[in-house]
Amino acid sequence: MKCLVTGGNVKVLGKAVHSLSRIGDELYLEPLEDGLSLRTVNSSRSAYACFLFAPLFFQQYQAATPGQDLLRCKILMKSFLSVFRSLAMLEKTVEKCCISLNDRSSRLVVQLHCKYGVRKTHNLSFQDCESLQAVFDPSLCPHVLRAPARILGEAILPFPPTLAEVTLGIGRGRRVILRSYLEEEADSTVKAMVTEMSIGEEDFQQLQAPEGVAITFCLKEFRGLLSFAESAHLPLSIHFDAPGRPAIFTIEDSLLDGHFVLATLSEPNLHSQDLGSPELHRPVPQLQAPSTSHLDDFASDDIDSYMIAMETTAGSEGPRALPSISLSPGPASEEEDEAEPSTVPGTPPPKKFRSLFFGSILAPVHSPQGPNPVLAEDSDGEG
Amino acid sequence: MKFRAKIVDAACLNQFTRVSNMIAKLAKTCTLRISPNKLNFILSDKLASGGVSMWCELEQENFFSEFQMEGVSAENNEIYLELTSENLSRALKTTQNARSLKIKLTNKHFPCLTISVELQLSVSSSSRIVTHDIPITIIPRRLWKDLREPSVPDSDVSIYLPVLKTMRSVVEKMKNISNHLIIEANLNGDLNLKIETELVCITTHFKDLGNPPLASENTSQNRNPEEMAEVHIDIKKLLQFLAGQQVNPTKAICNIVNNRIVHFDLLHEDVSLQYFIPALS
Repeated sequence: MKCLVTGGNVKVLGKAVHSLSRIGDELYLEPLEDGLSLRTVNSSRSAYACFLFAPLFFQQYQAATPGQDLLRCKILMKSFLSVFRSLAMLEKTVEKCCISLNDRSSRLVVQLHCKYGVRKTHNLSFQDCESLQAVFDPSLCPHVLRAPARILGEAILPFPPTLAEVTLGIGRGRRVILRSYLEEEADSTVKAMVTEMSIGEEDFQQLQAPEGVAITFCLKEFRGLLSFAESAHLPLSIHFDAPGRPAIFTIEDSLLDGHFVLATLSEPNLHSQDLGSPELHRPVPQLQAPSTSHLDDFASDDIDSYMIAMETTAGSEGPRALPSISLSPGPASEEEDEAEPSTVPGTPPPKKFRSLFFGSILAPVHSPQGPNPVLAEDSDGEG
Repeated sequence: MKFRAKIVDAACLNQFTRVSNMIAKLAKTCTLRISPNKLNFILSDKLASGGVSMWCELEQENFFSEFQMEGVSAENNEIYLELTSENLSRALKTTQNARSLKIKLTNKHFPCLTISVELQLSVSSSSRIVTHDIPITIIPRRLWKDLREPSVPDSDVSIYLPVLKTMRSVVEKMKNISNHLIIEANLNGDLNLKIETELVCITTHFKDLGNPPLASENTSQNRNPEEMAEVHIDIKKLLQFLAGQQVNPTKAICNIVNNRIVHFDLLHEDVSLQYFIPALS
């Protein structure tokens, strides 16, 4: 295999490697007849990412030396990333980049041809591997969102970098809602701030999903793909299904396409209840409750009921810590299901990300039976 | 108990964001006191954790275009709540390009101070709304007495502070050498920042700072203008205070009660800040 990347495309390639590096520790490099594919999967196999660079992306592209089989290899993400570490350097000094792979040397050779005739050669050792292929099909997902990457990038800006997961869904008035997902910790008295971003339908190029649907996925990987899509000025499509089914994030143009498949949190309660259920105040973050409040119902929710609980304790003397304890029944008292979240201690819902796939297409036994693209059953026995 | 308020003016919003950033630098958690005319950010540390206290006050009408509140009762028309100040400053960080900001007291999954920001984005005409639910704890009435405005002790010396940035860079360097700092001043406009260790003594002298006229009413009338009043304080507390000041205030006074406490009194346009650092025992 031999390919040559020139000009601005070197940076595009570098950006893609950066966003892949957010997911996995190993990079699968596979030259195909229809382009060079870079893939990775994370260690828990809950996220898979793949970029395919079409032959036109390269100034010169040769998938295999004539008379030889197609080679594919697996290299350490770290070592490949180090070649493209500084994007500013790639942009300023690198004129072309030549990647070659051949049997004899057992090395993946990446050559950067820089200004003033400087040539940097990286010889990376690699392992033979089987093809990494997740089985997924965006067209089987009933729900699709598509928006310019910049819109989505701005939408996740208010979320703190430490936040692990975010819930994406459709709220009232077909507004798209992004909301911090916080695990309910039974014993935790310290609550974290919940942030919610609500975006009007008009910002989306496509919004094919009914009100009330929602999925929860990892923000880190999403940020990775977004930063690539933003730099390439491409729109990003999100294909998703019920909670627990993988969500597929895609970008496409004539020279390349990118697919990120992320596990979503399976939250059985969420899916059955988020549509018109009366239990709006359950502690599980839901879309319905917050999305009713952002429209101008400013005065509608108050904390009168809460106050009552407080005043009854006001006469008693106690340590400073008392308020938080004595108050906890307060907010729940207006709900019938008040006791449920607080009186079942020690049973926080475990995270239920499913593993998405097995690594090899050589194991067709594991292909999905039906339309469900989840190949592997959960290994953690969630029941 | 109800509270809701709205800011529409961009300058007010900026100023409010600045205040919240300053509070976040000064205190990890703080108490917000809401009364019909004023907002106060209050910190009153237990002695064990340093005993620092802070009293920050803003006039509601200088910030809010709309302000409604209903306190605990008609005669106690106030609300005291405790929040993590970083949450507030983080929530307000999203207010650049905001069209309006609303703050209200809500009870969603837990009691919250809900900050809702309507964003104005350059390109699209659509509205985008960010909502932050900051978890709070309502402070019951019997604990209010711990959160009253600290009385300013009769000071031995009262003096105008030098430019805070200069003071900060001095203290920052001193912090590397010692944990304690002696702050001393006299009625002749001299202020010294001093550290003493076994190996080295360092003093930074500020001269001709001027003394506010108020101080002369009390005991200090008969005081020798050259005589220093001094307080040993935790250098970290002082630095924390100085680091929180991003904008030089319009008025900055330091009051020293010999060997007891140092009191900083700052006035920014619409915001007053008092900060008390007790002497190390």
